[in-house]
Amino acid sequence: MNKLSRRQIITTGLAAAAGISGLAVAAKLAGRYGLIPPDSGGIYGPGETLTYAAQRVLTRHTLAREFSQSQISKDPFAYPVDPLGEEFQRFQSAAFADWRLVVDGMIARPASFSVAELKSFPARTHITMIGCEEGWTYIAEWTGVPLSHILELVGTLPRARYVVYRSIQPEAWDSIDMAEAMHPQTLVSYGMNGGELPVPFGGPLRMRVPRQLGYKNVKYINRLTVTDKLKQFGKGLGSGELGAEDGYAWYAGI
Amino acid sequence: MHNAGAIDTLSQMAETISPRHALLVRVTHWLTVLSFLALLVSGVEILISHPRFYWGETGNVNTRPLFTIPIPSSRSIVPTGYGYVLPDQNGWSRYLHFQSAWIVVGTGLLYVAFGFFGGHFRRNLLPARSDLSPKRLGISIAQHLRFARPSSEEAWSYNVLQRLAYLVVIFLCFPLIIWTGLAMSPAFESLAPSAVLGGHQSARTIHFFVTAFLVVFLLIHVLMVVLAGFRNRMRAMISGRVTEPQERV
Repeated sequence: MNKLSRRQIITTGLAAAAGISGLAVAAKLAGRYGLIPPDSGGIYGPGETLTYAAQRVLTRHTLAREFSQSQISKDPFAYPVDPLGEEFQRFQSAAFADWRLVVDGMIARPASFSVAELKSFPARTHITMIGCEEGWTYIAEWTGVPLSHILELVGTLPRARYVVYRSIQPEAWDSIDMAEAMHPQTLVSYGMNGGELPVPFGGPLRMRVPRQLGYKNVKYINRLTVTDKLKQFGKGLGSGELGAEDGYAWYAGI
Repeated sequence: MHNAGAIDTLSQMAETISPRHALLVRVTHWLTVLSFLALLVSGVEILISHPRFYWGETGNVNTRPLFTIPIPSSRSIVPTGYGYVLPDQNGWSRYLHFQSAWIVVGTGLLYVAFGFFGGHFRRNLLPARSDLSPKRLGISIAQHLRFARPSSEEAWSYNVLQRLAYLVVIFLCFPLIIWTGLAMSPAFESLAPSAVLGGHQSARTIHFFVTAFLVVFLLIHVLMVVLAGFRNRMRAMISGRVTEPQERV
């Protein structure tokens, strides 16, 4: 065995110190630029943080692929949901005339919108793929209000970092960061393939986040909350029993 | 401090100077083993949630599959013919899959940089032109098919089939499996276009076949190690030492 020379010990020590302080600086910078996901703890934290940070650096402004009319799936699949309760059925029998999307949290002007009001806002339509974390996909044409339009309307405060969206199903809530919320393809969608958004696909209102997997695209949303931290929602992991609290990653861009 | 000690030191020095495998090769080899096994286990878990494959952009349970794997599924929506549904393991499987992918990519980049700049590829993996003649290749294939014991100099270098297999794994399989993996990421798809692979579902199907190929490679690789002398080959890849130094001459 070689004996360690004094020079080797000093070099190794300096390299280790540089490495540790480098990591500390990197962590601090990552925190400041919003590159750390809420589920960054635990044994999978490092990988999850790397994935989220790398995708935020590389794809912050990229667009999800859009397809042509002829590529729309003739056989889209609506994932079965937990039984929708009586409350939902009452809304449904009134053709969702009373359904409202409440917007609260760190905003200047708390508001609540009916589906008809949302339809009167400037709309965006895109033909995009929805992919399940299980591996299957379909392509559909989605119509809705860009979430960014709603956020501008209610006056998001500068400190805001996330938008939490909740469904009439209490277990199905989730959240996205501001980069995703302000992305031009992120929609509060009410239309699919030229018609109303069918109930099995999330009608009357579904959060449509085409750059993330299907499970972030929560159906039957009725409340948006703008916030600067996710700690006070559920277990503080950023999504509910169908997401992070069931062991799924909060960031689903991969 | 006399003769015996001096010889001992000399032989130790010889081993320190040129181990059978460079330290970096040994470390990256075992890191890749660990992450590949983690990727395989988590990948199979994810596959179980939808053991159907398609070609093109889209495919789901309403679509006719290209082929299906005849196993039970962890999702009740998948028609499998089995009367039961396996427990959902996708949460941790997806976390583990991507964490291991980071390790394998980092390790791979380090290894490839070392391979190019340290001369490892040129010296140890690039086959000699003369070995690539059909006749020499034929001889090597015949030797492998007869399970002939490798010659003693093979303890210190790779034969031509080995070199070709490693080059295919390093420069074809790994880039392709990383590319097809990224092509399934909805956020990354705009940067790693799955369109050139024939679509999102085609990327998933190719990802599966490359995995299958790598598993076959792994089985043959381990079989060859066993046939060539498990203890010696393992020692060479762990400590870098080869037991019969006189065979080196």
